[in-house]
Amino acid sequence: MKNKMNQANHFSATAGIQSEMKRKSKIAGSSLNGWLFALPWVIGLILFYAFPLFSSIYFSFTTYSILSPGEFIGLANYKQLMNDGLFWQSIYNTIYFAVFFVPLSIIIGVALAMMLNMKVKGMAVYRTIFFLPTLVPHVALAVLWMWLLNPGFGLVNGVLDAIGITGPNWLGSVTWSKPSLILMSLWAIGQPVIIYLAGLGDIPQELYEAADVDGASWLQKTFKVTLPLLTPVIFFNLVMGAIGAFQQFTLPYTMTQGQGTPDNSLTFYVMYLYDNAFKYFKMGYASAMAWILFIVIMLLTAVIFLSSRRWVHYQGR
Amino acid sequence: MQPKVKHNLLRTFAHLGLLIASAFFLVPFLWMVSTSLKPVTQIFTYPPEFIPNPFQWSNYIEATEYIPFFTYLSNTTIITVFSTIGVVLSCPLVAYSFAKLEWKGRNTMFIITIAVMMIPMQVTMIPLFLLFNKIGWVGTPLPLIVPAFFGVPFSIFLMRQFFMGLPNTLRDAAKIDGASEFRIYWQIMLPLAKPAVLAVGLFQFMNVWTDFIGPLLYLTNESQYTLSLGLQQFQSQKGTEWGLMMAVSTMMTVPIIVLFFFMQRTFIQGITFSGIK
Repeated sequence: MKNKMNQANHFSATAGIQSEMKRKSKIAGSSLNGWLFALPWVIGLILFYAFPLFSSIYFSFTTYSILSPGEFIGLANYKQLMNDGLFWQSIYNTIYFAVFFVPLSIIIGVALAMMLNMKVKGMAVYRTIFFLPTLVPHVALAVLWMWLLNPGFGLVNGVLDAIGITGPNWLGSVTWSKPSLILMSLWAIGQPVIIYLAGLGDIPQELYEAADVDGASWLQKTFKVTLPLLTPVIFFNLVMGAIGAFQQFTLPYTMTQGQGTPDNSLTFYVMYLYDNAFKYFKMGYASAMAWILFIVIMLLTAVIFLSSRRWVHYQGR
Repeated sequence: MQPKVKHNLLRTFAHLGLLIASAFFLVPFLWMVSTSLKPVTQIFTYPPEFIPNPFQWSNYIEATEYIPFFTYLSNTTIITVFSTIGVVLSCPLVAYSFAKLEWKGRNTMFIITIAVMMIPMQVTMIPLFLLFNKIGWVGTPLPLIVPAFFGVPFSIFLMRQFFMGLPNTLRDAAKIDGASEFRIYWQIMLPLAKPAVLAVGLFQFMNVWTDFIGPLLYLTNESQYTLSLGLQQFQSQKGTEWGLMMAVSTMMTVPIIVLFFFMQRTFIQGITFSGIK
């Protein structure tokens, strides 16, 4: 820098250096501003995320419980989990739910949004109706669906009966308990529907007009214009939906009073984790479970992100 | 002529689909309200009847006596309102820094923030519980309120996306006029971001109002319970009092519905930002 200054005997060169210095100091100044603005979050990040995150790794290698400080046992918690039948059962239940719920929520969500987007009469009313269930708190939603699916006096079996089908025992049946949960979760997909609807509204009308000129059919327009341009929104909902599905807790916990009945068919991963931590006080063991969950979610998200390069199309990029 | 016919046919199908879907979304909701207004004898009638006969409000009165409903209501309100204030103060500030300010480490911090969104709350739940236990906050609503003042990653992300969409020209002009960064934020950018701020506030309000696992972890004393926790306890003790439970469910849903109808546009816009940008 100093060397450069010595050589600078042209007015223009001096001006150039001055402006360069000015730019540098401006960046330094706004760098301080930037950190100041972000300060609450930097503190929050450390206190409520980083510190617990790293403690949790440590705990996962110990026998920590709230009652005793615990001792370091290496990978023993993880090894024990591999032989824990209920651990595997909870993984099976969770994956079962995610595998059915996430794709169904995307297909149904996109379909509903596309129907709404046809500018049908009463669109705003339909939109409100679709959104209404998402306003019901999850505990209330669980209680409501327990009542709807009540095998003796519930509305669902009442309706099925009226059309000559004998309804199953829904939440009381090992076969039907998870489908019940998927059904009631689908009841609350209004939020993604609204997001899809907005995504549809963002697709330039000219594209459809151009497609019309080329004589494209409705199916062609759907698969060549609408769906490709909706992929960024689908991508977002896929990530959020998958993460949410793996953290299923409130609905099954409320419906089974934390028991996962019948026969552990509703013991979801996070429920079992919660039990270990706060019912049996095996906090080391539960921390190991939490880390496995975290790694699985990270891998899953990474896979979705990597794959997105192939199937997500951004407009104008 | 033919494309028009085809279009009308499609529209008819769409209408049909929407009607069926509406039934699926609306009927359970109406069933909740209808059950809450029914006498016990009619609740246990088979096949089920939809219209309460006679209409009666007594389930509501009984429910509020059966559980300390108004205590739960005020507990829920206090926690919800304060944590919403926290989020509305902290998140736009941090998000603005990510979107419009240039600072060393910004991109790294932003990537960390996104990464943090991926951390399941179950990972941090146990150490956080122990931390709050150590400082004596377990059994108080503080663990459900205080962290909101330090920012919520998803809301920061959402706000940042919104700020990114705002043009730099206004900010540059203000800068030339010598306005400080905070003034630019507070007087120019934040007002422009009002829809997003409202949306973030609404989301937080809804999330906390309906939260279950947080209160389950931290509220140990029945006098501190929120509505979600209260209803869950009620359900596990008196699982067959459907009329009362539907009355409680309806009462805890109504405030959110009222909010939704007053702020419908904000709601829709907010949800839209989160998914589109």
